[in-house]
Amino acid sequence: MAEVEESSKPLFAGLSDISISEDIPVEGDISVPLGSQNADNDLSTLDEPVKDTILRDLRAIGQKFVHVMYPKKSSALLRDWDLWGPLILCVTLALMLQSGSADSEEDGRPQFAEVFVIIWFGSVIITLNSKLLGGTISFFQSLCVLGYCILPLTVAMIVCRIVLLGGSGIIGFAVRLIVVTASFSWSTFASTAFLADSQPANRKALVVYPVFLFYFVIGWMILTFSPSH
Amino acid sequence: MTNVSPDDLKFQEFDEAADLLSSNPGASTLSISSPAAAASSEEVKVDLSDDEDNQQESSELLGGEKQTGGFWTFEYYQSFFNVDTLQVLDRIKGSVMPLPGRNFIKHHIRSNPDLYGPFWICVTLVFSVAISGNLSTFLSKMGNTDYHYRPEFHRVSIAAVTVFLYAWLVPLGVWGFLMWRQSVERQISGYTFLETVCVYGYSLFIYIPTSILWTIPFNWLQWLLIVIAMVISGSVLVLTFWPAVRDDTKLTAFATMAVIVSLHALLAVGFKLYFFQVAMYTGPSHSVQQITPASNHTSLTSGKPQ
Repeated sequence: MAEVEESSKPLFAGLSDISISEDIPVEGDISVPLGSQNADNDLSTLDEPVKDTILRDLRAIGQKFVHVMYPKKSSALLRDWDLWGPLILCVTLALMLQSGSADSEEDGRPQFAEVFVIIWFGSVIITLNSKLLGGTISFFQSLCVLGYCILPLTVAMIVCRIVLLGGSGIIGFAVRLIVVTASFSWSTFASTAFLADSQPANRKALVVYPVFLFYFVIGWMILTFSPSH
Repeated sequence: MTNVSPDDLKFQEFDEAADLLSSNPGASTLSISSPAAAASSEEVKVDLSDDEDNQQESSELLGGEKQTGGFWTFEYYQSFFNVDTLQVLDRIKGSVMPLPGRNFIKHHIRSNPDLYGPFWICVTLVFSVAISGNLSTFLSKMGNTDYHYRPEFHRVSIAAVTVFLYAWLVPLGVWGFLMWRQSVERQISGYTFLETVCVYGYSLFIYIPTSILWTIPFNWLQWLLIVIAMVISGSVLVLTFWPAVRDDTKLTAFATMAVIVSLHALLAVGFKLYFFQVAMYTGPSHSVQQITPASNHTSLTSGKPQ
């Protein structure tokens, strides 16, 4: 240890020469502009009425719905992801698809839990698949896109229920078939427009196929929905 | 000058260039054949050692080189999805058209087994069998006024359990058996577990168009399709596993082949009997009775299909 002190003395010898002279003024103000604005924002969103907060979130969700219905190459859906929209759509779809009759064992319709699990589990698996294939999209962004693109299928479900109110004949079935096919291809096209950019070029088809299968299965569940007598 | 022996001036052969490259894949090399030097060194090994003698060493070596990172890292699993669209399509083509002499693992997989193909083929098979079965039941009972259409969604879960158990447990059994025989008799060469799963997964592909064609409600057509699918898919499996067991005793080799083929046949026949029943009966009461006995016959672990 003594040796270390011996050798360290010449190293630190020059430090004693350095001194801050008193006649160099050190002044100024250190301000972090972003920090003060954030602090102001936090305070302001706490103070605003609840209606404003809810309306702001609803407006964001509605804006994303519009983006899904008219898919353009905008990154708004990807940048500000949220999972409220997918949750609303999934619950709506599952509620409309579930069997309400007492003899649900005989009916064979998908239960609420089955639809819920298929949609969320399917989205997670597709996201994992695209990430494993080397995609650059983040996990929740992909969940957000896949969930929002169920919107055309939910619209088709509502249309199918309305058509079924008029009786389940062959014309009604043809109308339902056309509507479900159109909306399922719309969903696939919309989600591909958002997801395909994040994949390397020679693997795009490998990522698009599971998305196609996912919406095809949901479309089949909607098409085979029959009202209980 | 210090003493220089004439041996130092002789030209020294660096015949361990491939080993040097594999130990240091990041080293810059001049490669004439392909830009991916590290990958091509592995492929060069496979092509040179296509004869059966070196098969054991090469498969062991290449099986060991696959581990990139521990199994808790994401990159470990990413290495199993290192395939392009064209590669997947090529492997599917190879599973549908088995040519004698073309070992599926050696020719198509080439030490790059992937989990994308087996997994998504299994998922597609589950849904195609369930949807086609539902469709065929609907078509066969369409004229029946008492019949009320049911989506029969619970069949998807049954199909999923069956397909995924088959696609994972049977390769595990086959791989374990081959490893055991390999430890008993040295000249047997085995495959890695992933390659076995890969072969089984791709061999299930032929059942997807078969299940879609099963909706055509002719009994003889359905059985003919089963025979065709079993021949094609079974021959893929036989061509793959025969080189691995043919050095064994005759009895063990034939028994192994028979077990593999019969399990595959059991899967196909089980699907046909459970999901696709051509209507031979009228009335809803008969339909309920028909479904339950068939479900007893489709348990793969016990009983034989009639």
